[in-house]
Amino acid sequence: MVKKVITGNYSAAYGAKVARADVIAAYPITPQTQIVEKLASMVAEGELDATFINVESEHSAMTACISASQAGARSFTATSSHGLLLMHEMLIWAAGARTPVVMANINRANGPPWSVWADQGDSIAQRDTGWMQFYCESNQEVLDTMIQAYKIGEARDVMLPAMVVMDAFILSHTSEPVDIPDQEMVDGFLPKFDPEYRVAPETQPYGFGSLVMPDWYMEFRYKIAEAMDLTRERIRKVDKEFEETFGRSYGGLIEFYKCEDADAVLLLAGTVASTAKEVADEMRKKGKKVGVARLRSFRPFPYEEVRKLAAAVPAIGILDKSFTFGYGGAFACEVQGALYHCRDKPAIKNYIAGIGGRDLTPEVLEKIFNDALNLRKGKHAEIEWVGVRGLGGL
Amino acid sequence: MVMRYMLKALGPKTTVSVPACCWAVMPGVFPLKCLDVPMLYTAFEVTGASISGLRAAYDKQGKEDINVVGFAGDGGTADIGIQALSGMVERGPNVFYIMYDNEAYMNTGIQRSSATPVGAWTTTTPVGSRLDWKRRPKKNMMDIMVAHKIPYAATASIAYPEDFIKKLKKAQAIKGPKFFHVYAPCPTGWRLAPDKTVEISRMATDACVFPLYEVENGVYKINRKPAKKISFMDYMAMQGRFRHLPASVVEEIQKGIDREWEILLKREAFTQGL
Repeated sequence: MVKKVITGNYSAAYGAKVARADVIAAYPITPQTQIVEKLASMVAEGELDATFINVESEHSAMTACISASQAGARSFTATSSHGLLLMHEMLIWAAGARTPVVMANINRANGPPWSVWADQGDSIAQRDTGWMQFYCESNQEVLDTMIQAYKIGEARDVMLPAMVVMDAFILSHTSEPVDIPDQEMVDGFLPKFDPEYRVAPETQPYGFGSLVMPDWYMEFRYKIAEAMDLTRERIRKVDKEFEETFGRSYGGLIEFYKCEDADAVLLLAGTVASTAKEVADEMRKKGKKVGVARLRSFRPFPYEEVRKLAAAVPAIGILDKSFTFGYGGAFACEVQGALYHCRDKPAIKNYIAGIGGRDLTPEVLEKIFNDALNLRKGKHAEIEWVGVRGLGGL
Repeated sequence: MVMRYMLKALGPKTTVSVPACCWAVMPGVFPLKCLDVPMLYTAFEVTGASISGLRAAYDKQGKEDINVVGFAGDGGTADIGIQALSGMVERGPNVFYIMYDNEAYMNTGIQRSSATPVGAWTTTTPVGSRLDWKRRPKKNMMDIMVAHKIPYAATASIAYPEDFIKKLKKAQAIKGPKFFHVYAPCPTGWRLAPDKTVEISRMATDACVFPLYEVENGVYKINRKPAKKISFMDYMAMQGRFRHLPASVVEEIQKGIDREWEILLKREAFTQGL
């Protein structure tokens, strides 16, 4: 095990390296470029035995990863924002084709207007694609989750792709101390990719992805739903196994921080969790009992954990760093949907914050926590955009 | 016929990547498939990228002897697929790319493509009272491939199977991307009797509408010089898609064909010494 002080981008690159990616096809986009460059240099230096395809767009990057995976190779790519949006068709293809591609996505705001800063709009817009989505809080988690994503996705009864998501610049370009696990230990933890079916002449001449009539198509889609349902338990299991092997755990699908006795909890994803935890600690010193529920897995959606949280706390503030126009924040809508059938529901409010990289400072979070603490007091808005000029309020 | 001759030449150690096109439907409906080689059905615009990924995976597995073939129509190659094709050829992997050219988006019902020839009727160049037949010239994919410094590019036709097979076998020995532009008439789309496809293919070459030639590292070689050149008028006679053309336009088209043939002859001459 080697300890290095590295950026989130380099952590993703080291993740792909120790996971022994066979085929890497990627196209540069700010702020992901260092992932691509680092991997290219690792291959050029002979540190990583992989084929690196300098594709001419993200759409082609995902395509090459899919066909390589169908031929039995472990594939990897990375992108952000518009690159992810451009890939949308092929993201759906990857899941439909049951290829366990792993991709690092740097959460970056969508244009227009152009923005390179962190928000979750790009990955949230992909929630229907059939990909697992893991939101990371630290560079260590990025590297570790990449190893876990291959293990979870490549299981023969899963065979689904996963994106490992990190905040633009806050993680991608910020250096943190990261343990890079020994290759031998990773090899022991993550077996070789061995799909049951592959497109190769020495096997049966299979056809992958042919024309299917209405009397069969639904079964194909159901199988994906079935596989995705399996991943909840797998994510928990792999998190535990990872802890046993490498000594680090991320709480499975949701990480709960001081939620057991909390009067209000903020549910959120990404690096804002770190700030929220600090603020929670400070507020607890002043006698305010608050907690943080860090959503790690958005897909599969953690129904069980959310319902357990809702049963235990009186108020949940849900922080969305994205917005589904004409509807609401995605996390909030899905959490509320999950709680519909529960008899006792907490007070819930959706906070739209940090969009386009708007800074989520301790002061802002403290305001949100205090607002959440008052939710039980009476009527309140269902949704509030935080810090928008001219709106007043928070 | 294009698929059959291609597989005949390359053999069973072949994986074929097919995008949305006529050939995505022709193999049949799940769970059946008519080809005896593995097939990857893909999205429409991706063939160049798909075969890049296949080649990378096979090479990493030490299976350099598997033929990787992208098999796409003119739409999926010259239009929506051109980015992926261009990217692939520029990178230079050892793959085959076969563009079967029926000169329109036939699978979706005869809409025009950039490969539709001047003067042709299609549903999106429906002539009508405003005479909106296809006006712009056919995109020259061979020129585009040669501009990428491709090691090998060739035209082929279903009327000349031995020529096609010979070229495929020659290409098999060349490392890098190999592009084939194959003439593949569509009776429905061309308003042509179905039993005339081979005959029209022969006429296309004899009219110099579709010359048979190959370009190896920039050196041109014309494989068939018609003993007796036929006119565009004769070529279009069997095809309902040209029937609306006035004589003046036919003359213009003839001039265009003659000019392109002249250029091709000159290219053959001056690249000989390279």
